Amino acid sequence: MSTLGLYRPGASPVHRLPAGVKLAGLVAAGAGSVLVDRPWQVAAAFVIVALGYLAARVPLRLLLAQARPLLWVLLIVGAFHLLVNGWQRAVVVTGVILALVLLAGLVTLTSRTSELVDALVTVLAPLRRLGIDPQRIGLLLALAIRSVFVVLQIAEEVRDAQRARGLTASPRAYAVPLIIRSLRHADELGEALVARGADD
Amino acid sequence: MIDVVGVSHVYDAPGRRTVLQDVTVRMTERRIGIIGANGSGKSTFARLLNGLVVPTYGTVSVNGLDTRADGRAVRKQVGFCFTNPDAQIVMPTVREDVAFGLRRRGLTKEEVAVRVDSALARFDLADHADHPAHLLSGGQKQLLALASVLVTEPSILVLDEPTTLLDLRNAQRVGDHVAALEQQVLLVTHHLDLLDGFDRVLVFDEARLVHDAPPDEAVEHYRKLMR
Repeated sequence: MSTLGLYRPGASPVHRLPAGVKLAGLVAAGAGSVLVDRPWQVAAAFVIVALGYLAARVPLRLLLAQARPLLWVLLIVGAFHLLVNGWQRAVVVTGVILALVLLAGLVTLTSRTSELVDALVTVLAPLRRLGIDPQRIGLLLALAIRSVFVVLQIAEEVRDAQRARGLTASPRAYAVPLIIRSLRHADELGEALVARGADD
Repeated sequence: MIDVVGVSHVYDAPGRRTVLQDVTVRMTERRIGIIGANGSGKSTFARLLNGLVVPTYGTVSVNGLDTRADGRAVRKQVGFCFTNPDAQIVMPTVREDVAFGLRRRGLTKEEVAVRVDSALARFDLADHADHPAHLLSGGQKQLLALASVLVTEPSILVLDEPTTLLDLRNAQRVGDHVAALEQQVLLVTHHLDLLDGFDRVLVFDEARLVHDAPPDEAVEHYRKLMR
């Protein structure tokens, strides 16, 4: 089961930073990344991210776990830029993507989802004037994070059932139950949210 | 006190299907069991009790509040625990999920923390407080679901087959916790052992409430129905 991007308790300086500050830093890094166009700048970004992980006292295996799902995307993007724009551009583009994902991973590993949601709700508070409820957007974020793991679990169970029935080569036998069960979960979750007073 | 008066419920799609037919019952006892075959209407009946389902005909009221008109107020009094805890766990970590139900209740952060810690300790989840909820065992997930509902201090708790997905040991753990509750409990179950010590058991069959008696007599009736 995945441990990707989930809060890891701790008392490090990074843990103690307010979630809003960490989110703001992540947004600033994302915005600043468009200015990066030299491999040495990418190397500098990795050093900063690595220092962040060290300061947060997060084990190396968790850092690698954040990067692993991106491997194929990075390979494809990197190969494309290598062929079209040369090795320097390939290094810059893949490096920036990886550094940002690792940074986002650091934010979620060191901040409770509820803290991130609270920070988001505070930032979105002005939207109330437009009739948009920031609490709902925050809840949506929390549900999205929670649902990743539920869908991964469903996918694992469907794959097991598929193997047990010898249907490993059939994408349809994989996709149909996965979609149906995910939709059913969404239905049940909606009912549970009402039962737990989410619409109060 | 829960009053169900002349309730029928019909699902429109697919086809027109009556899942409850003319049910009238007043429930005041502390422990009430609800049993019946799959599709007999017992889960729909349970959902009527906190307004998750509004009856097509008839009325349901909880302590004088009508579930049709005062659904939100009813749900503050009636906690609901589902069969599948995964569908009920909303937040990524254990502590956050327990705290979820306390949002918008006018509590300070410290008050929320005290209530959450107390609920986690009561359900043996204190050591897992910051763990991802999806990494808990099935039994622990159901205990988390219970803790998350009970932290809001409802006066009535409805449980819809909370032990169906659990092994015997975990089913017994959940049963023990339920037995120790101060609240009025309405338990839908296929685990008939859990009804020991209950005050009253309702038996549903083919959308109707067909029997209403103390546990021994009601279970005997149910067994005869299933033959």
